[in-house]
Amino acid sequence: MTSVTTQPTNRQTLIQLHSTRGRIGLARQALLQALAILTLLTVLFPVVWVFSVSLDPLNRSRPQGLNVIPEGASFDAYAQVIAQPTNNPIGFVDLGLNSLKIALGSALVSVAIGVSAAYAFSRLKFRLRELLMIAILGVLMLPAVATLAPLFVLLNQFQLTLPILGEFNLRNSLLGVAMAIISGLLPFAIWNLKGYLDTIPKELEEAAAVDGATTNQTFVKIVLPLATPALAVTAFLGFIGGWTEFYFSWQFLTKAEDQTLAMALYSMQGTFASTPWSLFSAFAIMFALPPAVVYFFAQRYITSGLAIGGVKG
Amino acid sequence: MTAIQGGRSLAGRLRRPFGRGGRSSRAAYMYLLPAFCVMGIITFYPLIFQVWMSFTDFGLQNLRQGSAPPITVGIKNYVDVLTSALAIPNYFFVRLLLYNIWWAISNVAIHLVLGVAIAVLLNIKGLWFQKFYRAMFIIPVVIPPLIVATVWRNMYDPDAGAISLLLAGAGKIIGLDTEGFRIDWLRQVEDPISFIPLPLAFYAMLVTNTWLGWPLNSVVATGALQSIPNELYESAEMDGATGWDKFRHITMTFLRPAMLPYAIYGFVVTFNLFYLAFFMSGGGPFGRTELLVTQAYRLVNEQRLYGVGAAFAVIMFFILLSITLVTNRLAKATKSYDHS
Repeated sequence: MTSVTTQPTNRQTLIQLHSTRGRIGLARQALLQALAILTLLTVLFPVVWVFSVSLDPLNRSRPQGLNVIPEGASFDAYAQVIAQPTNNPIGFVDLGLNSLKIALGSALVSVAIGVSAAYAFSRLKFRLRELLMIAILGVLMLPAVATLAPLFVLLNQFQLTLPILGEFNLRNSLLGVAMAIISGLLPFAIWNLKGYLDTIPKELEEAAAVDGATTNQTFVKIVLPLATPALAVTAFLGFIGGWTEFYFSWQFLTKAEDQTLAMALYSMQGTFASTPWSLFSAFAIMFALPPAVVYFFAQRYITSGLAIGGVKG
Repeated sequence: MTAIQGGRSLAGRLRRPFGRGGRSSRAAYMYLLPAFCVMGIITFYPLIFQVWMSFTDFGLQNLRQGSAPPITVGIKNYVDVLTSALAIPNYFFVRLLLYNIWWAISNVAIHLVLGVAIAVLLNIKGLWFQKFYRAMFIIPVVIPPLIVATVWRNMYDPDAGAISLLLAGAGKIIGLDTEGFRIDWLRQVEDPISFIPLPLAFYAMLVTNTWLGWPLNSVVATGALQSIPNELYESAEMDGATGWDKFRHITMTFLRPAMLPYAIYGFVVTFNLFYLAFFMSGGGPFGRTELLVTQAYRLVNEQRLYGVGAAFAVIMFFILLSITLVTNRLAKATKSYDHS
């Protein structure tokens, strides 16, 4: 730095040098383009393939060869998916609504109560801080599958006979699945939000404290607005987790009307011989599209809100 | 100004002995209360309950309300899990654990190298369509892994799958018999490389997970690359540094702190990657591509051995805890903003 400031002329020439060096030769450009296009082809291949298979007519159980637009291409598979994709009498919209309820509920609850805990871990000093942080991290490192047995048994003990609704088993309900998801999602929300709050400079809060703001005022008026991107991203990641949740739903839910998208996808794969691949592919596309589109266009915000142990340094 | 500041610091000094810590602590516990109430009920209590379950023969017969409590069996479940004495097919604990570790290491190494290489490629100044490539390469990240796994399972179908057909098409051009490409990628029993005891399904899923995993590494690496000030490269050039020198001393210096926590995160995610092993190979052939997570799921979901499943989960907890402790030391994740 000092050499730059003491020798401004040197710096000038350097910038000029650099700007001419910025252009790369045509041969090098061609080579790099070839590499990039090759990579692009590998990335796009499965996507294009699944789309082309989804266009197959329904009476064809498996695709014939590798054609981008197959013979007799139609959108029949999509119509069938919307009407009734599996043997269960439930259409795509109802499956989607079940997944949506689970995803939205668990994401919003986790972020809403996770952010205040994250704030405490990031900014406040208290005696059990390290211990509780390790407890959170310990739970976080445990995959959701590892709590399947106790959650299944415990939620199953919560059975009631309600006056109007009749028999209610918490385990065999969307609410039970959402609770099981929150069990793992909440520690994630706390940790991810804490990581983001750590990257927000403290000066604003210190200035507010000097002006006499209480901890609560600082939290609500300064920290929450600054953390909005991270709140949105954490909720979104939780939403995707709930939207595609498989193990709890598959283990807990038995009623046909409670089926989720992930359960339907697996049962279409299970009864493979009978399910045409076009139906399966159309289902996969419709299942993946909503989160994928949001993710694709909000990608920059998502990666910046994802504080994986301080990616932002 | 000075007077006000003096006053403040005096007030601060007066307050401190009484519990600047205490007041702050109380506020902190209030902030933690909602989260820890919820977690107490649906996270920590089930985990404690799980430990109790793991010492019993909890099974289907104990599930119904009012049914007899399970019998305490001591550490039998743990012994059975660790010595592979469970009466279920293709279960061998040591192989399972070693495979699981190898699965995570091999994947993360490939993701890192490929992710950084492609990020460096796309960061070269003057490359055409840079933004377009960056946008396209994010596609695998945005597709939920559950769907990636089920779609790739179809792609690996020996007859109608895209991989077999693509290879057969390529083979045809150089005059190879297309029959030779009817490969059962996910179920073939013989190992493709005779001296490496890994089934073909491992390599197939490695390819899928590479497709799935490198782009996010690339995003993280790109972020780090763009934070490197140009002046560093310029002054290095002034000092006569070669391209390799610059990569090693400047690029790598800036990449390492960004990539290390991400690699740790990737290791844990891959270690517990349920979807590929469950939906693609189904753990096969003969349970050789089973991971701890898929095995845990089978114990509960298929075998309905809730007590054994609980013991298995507790063992998993300790395996993951040791990984966490080792990696925590690397990432210093428990350090607060002040200390980092």
